[in-house]
Amino acid sequence: MTAWISEFVPALFRQWAFVLAVSPILPGVVAKTKAWVAGRQGPPVIQPYRDIVKLFQKGAAYSRTTTWIFRAGPVISFSAAMAAVLMIPIGGMEAPLTFQGDLILFAYVWGTSRFFTMTAALDTGSAFEGMGASREAVFSCLAEPALFLGLLTLAREAGSLSMSDLLSVGLIRIWSIHAPALCLVTTAFIVVFLTENSRIPIDDPNTHLELTMIHEVMVLDHSGPDLALIEYASAVKFFALGALLVRIVYPIRSGGFWAGGAVLGIGLLGLSILVGVIESTMARLRLARIPQFLAFAFVLAGFGVILTLAAA
Amino acid sequence: MTLDALITQNGAAFDAVDVPILSPEQFRREILDGVERGLRITAYFGERIGAAKTSLVCVLADDAENSLSVLSCAVRDRYRSLTPDCPQAHLFEREIAEQCDVIPEGHPWMKPVRYQSVALPIPGGTPFFSAEGEVLHEVAVGPVHAGIIEPGHFRFQCHGENVLHLEIQLGYQHRGAESFLETAPSPRSMAVAESVAGDTVIGHALAYCNVVESISRCAVSPRAQALRAVALELERLSNHIGDLGALCADVGFLPSAAYFGRLRGEFLNLLMSLTGNRNGRSFVRPGGVTFDLNDSMPADFQARLKAAEYDIQSAARLMFETPSVLARLEGTGAVSERTCRELGLVGPSARSCGMPLDVRSDHPHGAYRFSHIPVSTVSGGDVYARAMVRRIEVERSIQFLEDHLHDMPEGGQDLRNSAGPLRSGRMTICLVEGWRGEIAHVAVSGESGVLRRYKIKDPSFHNWTALAMALRETPISDFPLCNKSFNLSYAGHDL
Repeated sequence: MTAWISEFVPALFRQWAFVLAVSPILPGVVAKTKAWVAGRQGPPVIQPYRDIVKLFQKGAAYSRTTTWIFRAGPVISFSAAMAAVLMIPIGGMEAPLTFQGDLILFAYVWGTSRFFTMTAALDTGSAFEGMGASREAVFSCLAEPALFLGLLTLAREAGSLSMSDLLSVGLIRIWSIHAPALCLVTTAFIVVFLTENSRIPIDDPNTHLELTMIHEVMVLDHSGPDLALIEYASAVKFFALGALLVRIVYPIRSGGFWAGGAVLGIGLLGLSILVGVIESTMARLRLARIPQFLAFAFVLAGFGVILTLAAA
Repeated sequence: MTLDALITQNGAAFDAVDVPILSPEQFRREILDGVERGLRITAYFGERIGAAKTSLVCVLADDAENSLSVLSCAVRDRYRSLTPDCPQAHLFEREIAEQCDVIPEGHPWMKPVRYQSVALPIPGGTPFFSAEGEVLHEVAVGPVHAGIIEPGHFRFQCHGENVLHLEIQLGYQHRGAESFLETAPSPRSMAVAESVAGDTVIGHALAYCNVVESISRCAVSPRAQALRAVALELERLSNHIGDLGALCADVGFLPSAAYFGRLRGEFLNLLMSLTGNRNGRSFVRPGGVTFDLNDSMPADFQARLKAAEYDIQSAARLMFETPSVLARLEGTGAVSERTCRELGLVGPSARSCGMPLDVRSDHPHGAYRFSHIPVSTVSGGDVYARAMVRRIEVERSIQFLEDHLHDMPEGGQDLRNSAGPLRSGRMTICLVEGWRGEIAHVAVSGESGVLRRYKIKDPSFHNWTALAMALRETPISDFPLCNKSFNLSYAGHDL
């Protein structure tokens, strides 16, 4: 037992330290890419770190109409993000937290976070936040099947329901047999990734127009350290879901934590640049079109499953 | 049939006593007949005459005949409202009720337009239209907004994401611009006229100067007229380009937004080279203009226009050829041509519904009498059409400027003539096509060189209602886009 603890605890803190250190740079890279494409200089890539530090130093303002639920929202969403990253394997070894079925926990930890963000938004009693919560609920419902079908495809081929097995060296074998299916799943995951991280074409993280927002409007009333936790949690979410994508596209064969972490970091930087390019080259979808876009991801993931079944 | 009214033209002065005074019934019938025949209510206002008596004056624009008809009637404290039969009168009648204490009987939507006095309810203090039901909800936006914009209150009745009805309550910016101008013209009056709407400095200053020049019978040299037109077109260009960029930003399309944002600056800089101020303040003055172009400037302007035109073309092509942008613009916030006619819309908003209305060709003034700009119309009335009208107008304004700068009238000496004292008892109606549409200033001079009544009508006054109509059955998330496609002035409405 003590041996397990002495192994688990350092791995846990190493994982957290790595994620907390790396994740805020990713939104910074997205912003920088967008600025470059638009011909601007843009904020420095370390701006998100500065924002988080600045927000932690501020006080928070609370409306008299809100209750503890409003204050619990940011804490729970940050905790959920920290819990979820424990299931992401970094490098060639297993993740600190791994068991059969952990991919379902991985998906629903984000669900818990979303539930509390939404209830915190509803707690303010504002019409905007209510609209944002309603949109978030609808779109995440539609994104979930695509995520699960994609994971199902991988789990079937890997013969395991654990994230660490799914994203292990076995992926190289799956790519050699089921490349078309994995391409479909990857595309579906990109859509899910953009939806979950509220990026264009689903949501516009930079807009100031509260009537058009989805995610941003739900956190309008949070300030100071609460907002810092939300910003940090969303950077970690970007890291976690991005890591899932990067590891599928570029399976890591072996290597220790730091070598694997460096490869993953480079992959995530590439993904951030890709997100920046997508945001720079297309307009946002009309809100009524988003369900169709998510249905498209669902169908792609579904075909991924069918392709692997047909091959078997 | 002839209209029992005084027929005049844009910028012509006439004796105020020549305006026929009809009986209220006849007045009403004449206006309804006129609107039926396709005339538009350009201005409709009241003036207190003696104890408990108000004179109502209506200016109808006949765009086909290039003429304006003026008619009036005297009423005591109430009259029969025109609005049920002629919707475009609705805001004018509310304004008259507020300014002159005359009640239009049967007006379906009697509410204050602006915060005018402590005796009247404040804006937002009166009930809003509401819809009830389990599935409906109400969203209130403003008057304090998330962005740095002017104050206005928007009340949406929504069914899910769709808007059933939008009610707009303005008036938070009321400063009393009209009453400031009801004096003898002074340097201060110019500052007020230029501040009616901060983004239409040239437009409102020009309208005010036309009024003063017309009443004091002051001639303006052709060169000054040409320079005024150049400034007016530069103002139009910078605003239209800014709007195109803002539309791109609202749909999250960055490349064109960034390009147009930079190009807007080019035109502000041109205006600065001409007038010394990026917004064109202190340039248009009664009797002429304050600055001239020196010998080398026209060529420099031409070169800068050419360069900007090339960049605009590529940014506009990118915007209008990207499918994801078009998917957002097309069919969003459509206003039908019938609604446009009924509400008496003006400017690009009307031209995007296929209505060929443009003061520059319908009621030309100054340099526009000699060189015409083709009227740019697009059909459809949606956000795409409003963006397209701006794109076409940008091209044509640049063309106009290039032609004009090439061939400026001579005469740098009499750039600014002195406007004499105002003659008494005269009235004039001055229309200017600002970038938002028809600006109308109507003035009546009193004794000893003062203006007795000064009425300003910014194009926003007509067009705000169109925004409310455009939102019907439109998703609420498209409101910012629709709002931007009209880009109306709060200050111009609130005066």
